[in-house]
Amino acid sequence: MADLTLDKIASQVRRDIVRMVSGAKSGHPGGSLGCTDFLTVLYFDIMNIDPANFDMDGINEDVFYLSNGHISPVFYSVLSRRGYFPVDELATFRKISSRLQGHPSTDKGLPGIRMASGSLGQGLSVGIGTAEAKKLNQDRSLVYTLHGDGELQEGQIWEAAMYAAAHKVDNIIATIDYNGRQIDGDVEDVISLGDLEKKWQAFGWEVLEMDGHNIKNIQATMKRAREMCGKGKPIVILMRTEMGQGVDYMMGTHKWHGVAPNNEQLDAALGQLEETIGDY
Amino acid sequence: MMETLEIEILGKKDTRSGFGEGLLEVGKHNKDVVALCADLTGSLKMNAFQDEFPERFFQVGIAEANMMGIAAGLTVGGKIPYTGTFANFSTGRVYDQIRQSIAYSQKNVKICASHAGITLGEDGATHQILEDIGMMKMLPNMTVIVPADFNQTKQATIAIAKHEGAVYLRFGRPSVPIFVKPDAKFQIGKADKIFDGTDVTIIACGHLVWKSIEAARILNEKGISAEVINMHTIKPLDEQAVLDSVAKTGCIVTAEEHMLNGGLGDSIAQVLSRKMPAPQEYVGVNDKFGESGTPDELMSKYGLDAPDIVAAAERAVQRKQ
Repeated sequence: MADLTLDKIASQVRRDIVRMVSGAKSGHPGGSLGCTDFLTVLYFDIMNIDPANFDMDGINEDVFYLSNGHISPVFYSVLSRRGYFPVDELATFRKISSRLQGHPSTDKGLPGIRMASGSLGQGLSVGIGTAEAKKLNQDRSLVYTLHGDGELQEGQIWEAAMYAAAHKVDNIIATIDYNGRQIDGDVEDVISLGDLEKKWQAFGWEVLEMDGHNIKNIQATMKRAREMCGKGKPIVILMRTEMGQGVDYMMGTHKWHGVAPNNEQLDAALGQLEETIGDY
Repeated sequence: MMETLEIEILGKKDTRSGFGEGLLEVGKHNKDVVALCADLTGSLKMNAFQDEFPERFFQVGIAEANMMGIAAGLTVGGKIPYTGTFANFSTGRVYDQIRQSIAYSQKNVKICASHAGITLGEDGATHQILEDIGMMKMLPNMTVIVPADFNQTKQATIAIAKHEGAVYLRFGRPSVPIFVKPDAKFQIGKADKIFDGTDVTIIACGHLVWKSIEAARILNEKGISAEVINMHTIKPLDEQAVLDSVAKTGCIVTAEEHMLNGGLGDSIAQVLSRKMPAPQEYVGVNDKFGESGTPDELMSKYGLDAPDIVAAAERAVQRKQ
């Protein structure tokens, strides 16, 4: 896989996502497709990780938490393509006795998962806890978290934001999937987040912006964020994305947040996504 | 009069102070132990730990949900976090955080909860949680411990560091008699028998253990021999201790500073109904909120005092016939 470019890997991940959701006849393709480029870059280019020797403590390696657990399809695909577990297992997504639960869990022992998520708003606190543990362990690796923008409506996010600035937790990089959509419609209509950049700044965070579908921009922004760590402030990246990115009929709407494509729709989606590594 | 029920009173202290001392001691011996508090450091007696290990103490402010999440995250990296706040804010306020980030995620967090139950007193029902044992025991992967006095709370605080997994440790505010020996060995899931008896079994936890000792003495004077068991671990329950005792006495009283729904008595009834049906009487709060008052006044008004246990025991004995 070393000779494959990141965009080719992302294309295969997108195929995995629509095939998994279609196979399970349920799941969340929209946000998964929107975060595919980011998670591909994070796991294949940015994080210092050891997939073959996964352990819960993650000492001396970077740790990632998916706080918006409903986009588990992209998470599972990226983890398996990166070598955490066999790619064939993606076929079991959401099926009985699978390690690939509808939302990520630890209790089935799936390598790569360190925290259950699904009930929103909890992952930033968890990430901060691990960042504090890394400081105590004098472990200079970093903690990454990913959140939905709608998820920022949860109060716990802002408790965590306040804490991280007050305690100078400067070894965490949170990314917001800023696609402007949630289940009931546009975030702006459901409950407006107001000026997100100013909100995070007022909470004491360094704020970066990123184009979530420009791989070079993701690489550059993430590298910049890494360099900004260790300077007394937590870092958040507002990542502009399109829900459903890569499948034309899933874009420009919130309607594919949590709906599976039928067989015809699946074929249409796969026709737009190049098979690069090989389907599971 | 059948016999004198002797038990030495070693002093009088609040159980939360036992937690504070235990936390300091376990912190000295285990450098992975860390502590978090949500703006109640003094009330939880966590100051000594904070002073001794400032780098291992995390003040999170009035943000309990965040505290539970941070505690869960600290375990990834090998830490053993002890969270401290009132029982109400340790459970009901943060149930979903505990459920997903700690219990379901199998995290080694020790949720330490003070001011539990009605003996919180004058602050009233907003703070007097009587549902917490039920909520916590329903969670898979959760151990639930309710120690009886200062010494036992200290011993339990130290013991849970060596137990891999989430623990709910419940203790209280008022000063109560100390009767557990300072060198007693605390074993999670192993009940302590305090008195042997033949006519009725009394199984209690927390502050109700001392009340049960008092009740046993009154019963003794009335010619009823009560076996008293301190069931400090609600989950996992020492089923054998229940069955061995009830096999001998044939009836039982359960006593707790908690709702009848979901409490210790419920757990014991499940064991007996499956394995050894026997008359059971309950001492606890029956489906109502508390109110302001002194701890003693409240224990009396809400039917949690020694005379209430005596009356329950007499009812239980009568039902055997």
